[in-house]
Amino acid sequence: MNAAQDTGETLLERAPQALRDLLTSHLPEPWRWFANSLIAIVAILAVFGLLFAALTLAERKILGRVQNRPGPNRTGPFGLLQPIADGIKMLSKEDIVPRDADHLLHFLAPVTLLASSILAFAVIPYGRHLIPVELDAAVLYFFCVGATTELAVFMAGWSSHNKYSLLAAMRALAQLISYELPLLLSWLPVVMISGTLSTTGIVAAQSAWRWGWMPTWHVFTPWGLAGFVIFMVAALAESNRSPFDLPEAESELIAGHLTEYSGCKYVFFFMAEYFGMTALSGMAVTLFLGGWHAPLPSLEFIPSYVWFGAKLITLLMGFIWIRATFPRLRIDQLTRFAWKFLVPLALVNLGTTAFWSLSFGWTGPLLAARCTVAVILVVVPFVLLGRRLSSGLTPRTYSYAP
Amino acid sequence: MLGTGLLQGLAVTAKNFAGSFHDPKRLTTVEYPEKKSVIPEAFRNFPFLVSENAEDPMGTLRCVACQICEKECPPQCIYIEKSKDKKPDASGKMQIYPAVFRIDSSVCMNCQICVEVCPFDAIKMDHVYEIATSERFETLLLDRHDLAKPNSYFHQIRPLEAAEVDGRLTAERKAAEEKAKAAALAKAALAAKPAAPAPAAPPKPPEQA
Repeated sequence: MNAAQDTGETLLERAPQALRDLLTSHLPEPWRWFANSLIAIVAILAVFGLLFAALTLAERKILGRVQNRPGPNRTGPFGLLQPIADGIKMLSKEDIVPRDADHLLHFLAPVTLLASSILAFAVIPYGRHLIPVELDAAVLYFFCVGATTELAVFMAGWSSHNKYSLLAAMRALAQLISYELPLLLSWLPVVMISGTLSTTGIVAAQSAWRWGWMPTWHVFTPWGLAGFVIFMVAALAESNRSPFDLPEAESELIAGHLTEYSGCKYVFFFMAEYFGMTALSGMAVTLFLGGWHAPLPSLEFIPSYVWFGAKLITLLMGFIWIRATFPRLRIDQLTRFAWKFLVPLALVNLGTTAFWSLSFGWTGPLLAARCTVAVILVVVPFVLLGRRLSSGLTPRTYSYAP
Repeated sequence: MLGTGLLQGLAVTAKNFAGSFHDPKRLTTVEYPEKKSVIPEAFRNFPFLVSENAEDPMGTLRCVACQICEKECPPQCIYIEKSKDKKPDASGKMQIYPAVFRIDSSVCMNCQICVEVCPFDAIKMDHVYEIATSERFETLLLDRHDLAKPNSYFHQIRPLEAAEVDGRLTAERKAAEEKAKAAALAKAALAAKPAAPAPAAPPKPPEQA
């Protein structure tokens, strides 16, 4: 942290912490740590639960507008109460469990999924002083917890005792494991550059200003931009979002591994999908978009958690925009895209990052050479691999239609 | 290059999103219960019986219970019983009238065949479409009191067709009156000059009712 940040301590910046201390100050010292943790958990659940509700509404509204219709507008003013109506509807539905299902696993699958997706929120720094758990290997923890969702998806498919659920769970596993690799490879450069696995450390590594106004976020470097794009594509696939929503392609399959789930358990899966999307977006903000840092030095008077929230919501809106635009991929296209395009690109990006970190001290004309080489290292593999990926693919011709 | 198509697609959806806020051509939804879309004149849903006078709809029905529509109706949703007596119609001529005229709205398929076969312009297609009921039996079987609507309503929903029908009907009535006058004159002449052979007066067609 530099001096500019330490002086930017406004009252609002300290407000969440002050509020928490006010609540727990009357407790005896040994209990205070426990109470503070509880408050952090409740705050995360409340904030991201509300964000989930708002996100479902925003998604339906935006999808509606993109498709030239008004979207939900019947419940409450402008349809603002729609998430509540949805919640009441889903929670009051009958919870059906197939007779032959493995009842314990069938119950555990949504619980595991939701729990692991909530656990991921623990290590994201939401503001200058707002990080629920400080871990040295926070990034590693985050992606380990994220990998648990794959287990839950297969649990759901296996325990339903339904061939469609099982087949869909296999497909979902193929997708999730395929995209786990580019996801992990895409954030490795960040660790290489900042030299730490702690999220606070990574945010601190992006805190400086170049030329006094340009933030040194990782996304503004050639390797960072490539890593960010790969990360976001892999995050789309990891959170089962369109155009990679094959596991529960509602217009093609029944509901994939969710076929035998109804009522509250279905809501859990649904929530976990949105929580996963939010957590991955939060991690993308932390790794590439400078975390809670303001984009300009003059804007630092705005509290850091507002900046984090703004960046997070921007990324989530991007997810919705992408969902509104792209059609779904086929399973072979999906895996081909991961293994033949994203993984090589991410591996090349590791080399680019190595070059970037080795050429750290270059100045003058060497600095120009450093940037040029890095850009070439990013663009040329992208163009070549892209050409290979789309080679042999011509516009489709139809025999019987003009 | 890979990705340009994706960016073009994103631009299209962004244009749609922004356009839906300021361009009424993009956001064409009419929010139904509050606003209703303008129905074209030729819209048809469910027939009604035309009566000449709004004050006395049962006395001035154009229907003369000829039962052509009942016979032609493909799903056979019309049921008519002729009256035993006769009542004067709008032009004062004595006519049979429908003592019972029922249409089962759950059977009617809005085909408009009854309208096309009616020689009296007595049954026309309506513009109503909110005809749901909360009950399955009595309220779906509409009798002549429910079906009768005045000619002014017909003018309101289909001004062009109603004007055409009215013009035709008044012309026919006028022709009938003139013919009756001519026949009366001829009769008087015949009475005055009994030696001359009587001209064969053509029978009145039923349209002159």
